[in-house]
Amino acid sequence: MDLSAINPALLLASLLVAATPILLAGIGELVVERAGVLNLGVEGMMITGAICGFMATIVTGTPLLGFIFAALGGAGLAFLFALLTQYTLANQVASGLALTLFGLGLSSLLGQDYVGLKPPSTPQLDIPVLSDLPFLGTVLFSHDLMVYFGIGLVAAVWAVLKYTRAGLVLRAVGENHEAAHALGYKVVRIRVLAILFGGACAGLGGAYISLVRVPQWTEGMTAGAGWIALALVVFASWKPWRVLLGAWLFGGVTVLQLNFQAAGVAIPVEYLSMSPYIITIVVLVIMSADKSRAPASLGRIFHASS
Amino acid sequence: MFKLEKRPQPSQAFAYLTPILAIVATMIAGGLLFMMLGKNPFESIRTIFWDPLFGEFAFYYRPQLLVKGGPLILIAIGLSLGFRAGIWNIGAEGQYIVGAICGAGVGLAFYPLEAWFIFPLMIIAGAFGGWVWAMIPALLKVRFQTNEILVSLMLVYVAEQLLASMSLGLLKNPDGHGFPGSRNLKDYPSAFNDEVITGSGMHWGVVAAFIAVIFAYILLNRHMLGFSIRLTGEAPRAARFASVNPTRLILFCLGMSGALAGLAGLFEVAGPAGQISIDFNTGYGFTAIIVAFLGRLHPVGILFAGLLMALTYIGGEIAQANLGLPAAAIQLFQGMLLFFLLAVDLLTNYRIKRISKEAV
Repeated sequence: MDLSAINPALLLASLLVAATPILLAGIGELVVERAGVLNLGVEGMMITGAICGFMATIVTGTPLLGFIFAALGGAGLAFLFALLTQYTLANQVASGLALTLFGLGLSSLLGQDYVGLKPPSTPQLDIPVLSDLPFLGTVLFSHDLMVYFGIGLVAAVWAVLKYTRAGLVLRAVGENHEAAHALGYKVVRIRVLAILFGGACAGLGGAYISLVRVPQWTEGMTAGAGWIALALVVFASWKPWRVLLGAWLFGGVTVLQLNFQAAGVAIPVEYLSMSPYIITIVVLVIMSADKSRAPASLGRIFHASS
Repeated sequence: MFKLEKRPQPSQAFAYLTPILAIVATMIAGGLLFMMLGKNPFESIRTIFWDPLFGEFAFYYRPQLLVKGGPLILIAIGLSLGFRAGIWNIGAEGQYIVGAICGAGVGLAFYPLEAWFIFPLMIIAGAFGGWVWAMIPALLKVRFQTNEILVSLMLVYVAEQLLASMSLGLLKNPDGHGFPGSRNLKDYPSAFNDEVITGSGMHWGVVAAFIAVIFAYILLNRHMLGFSIRLTGEAPRAARFASVNPTRLILFCLGMSGALAGLAGLFEVAGPAGQISIDFNTGYGFTAIIVAFLGRLHPVGILFAGLLMALTYIGGEIAQANLGLPAAAIQLFQGMLLFFLLAVDLLTNYRIKRISKEAV
């Protein structure tokens, strides 16, 4: 065992990278849940985003277009969920599960000709002076743009929810859809938009895994990241900045266990690989004491006549 | 324009009709999908739904129907109890794995002793393993109100790692020349889950599935606990007034579904699969969710739904071999089925009314 091989600067830098997929998917799901919809299909939307982004990047050669198509793919799948839950009033838990099963099937079908290919690398931030700083340069200023986009998105969601009229309406719909409906807000339309936003974010998160984190395509490569993103929202008590905190925590655990594996710690690899999932459970247990923060209409079906 | 109007009572006729409508819709959408993949849609659908039952080699495929349907039915019956009460066990796949590990572990511990009591002990160990794994989300939910969906699902990934660890370590075949995977239980008569009737595909797991269907039916229709389950799902408020104990219900529903999933895992590892290996689990635990919904959470419905889903598995394999249809297409096909099912379910609870423009 040689723990001295673990470089703290690289560790923190890879923590930010490892946190980005669940951060993107988590902040999207947060908006969906704040609108009162529980979409358990995050895993399915992420993996669809992963393959859509991967395919678009391979075909066009530009990762930026890849990310755009990933967002479109995720939103497309989310639209199916919106149809099911908002227009045909299906159970949200069952529909979310269906979305995940469907997305896993769809992605392996789309991706069968793309196994083993290598995508062009995503451009990295390179600011002449800042990126060359000894410690901070590696940790903060030499990532690909999606890392910063993720953090920016958290700030944007926070600001919109807290300070704008749109955010207030969204929260009203999530807290009490009957009252919001009585005030004349289009509950279904607002929820559909929120679901589409959530899908696009999950798609971006998925594409980040297939384009930057791994980067290649394998079936089922998101490996539960979508479910961790769902847990992240509970962990965050539906608050945007806490999603960022939680994503860093989970990212940290993932990176740390990978580093332990590489350093040859005396714990078998399988048990180290379990750790992110077990920690998710532990965190869920700790956070579940406080249920008061959940949007009051979460998971309830809205039909104007009832 | 059309308008939805809630029915005062869910429609009985549509409750039976919707699964059939969903299957027809899936066949049409699936046919279009196969057409886009450059296959003849009619031939593909016939290969999946007709050939395994009545085709040239049906004598070979028919037993497979029971082999694949058995675990699906067994797991789905357990899941349906919880789903009815709004208790969502999504981690049947993990319970299935742990049941298989525990059951096979007990069997292998006795190797090479030949005795009558080994297989029954394995069955108990399998059910116990699944039960323990399901008790984790159950106890956390009861004690800390932790979301059982997320916890049971996280435990699937933990179980998969445990499976990898077991097939590379503790349960690895000492005579296996270093290959991962346990001893093959097919070569160990006392632990082998043999066919009850040779050539029928009917192994003990299938028998257990049929027994589970009957028990679930009796439980839901003739027993107080079954009534509590239905009441909690259909009218939670009334259930509270009737002093239904939610703690007991959560422990029972999750425990039962875990034990049944564990049993399914044990019968699979001791029978058709034969050994613990890294890729032992094939997603039965997730497909069983579709089976449970397709069967409308009713024991008899699940029986038919399980057999139908087994049919798509077998038909899918044939279509893969004969038509070159990718394996993922079948997975997508099964996912579509659940989508359509949820969508047409609208007709059970709502009526679609035509409203004229002037009336608006």
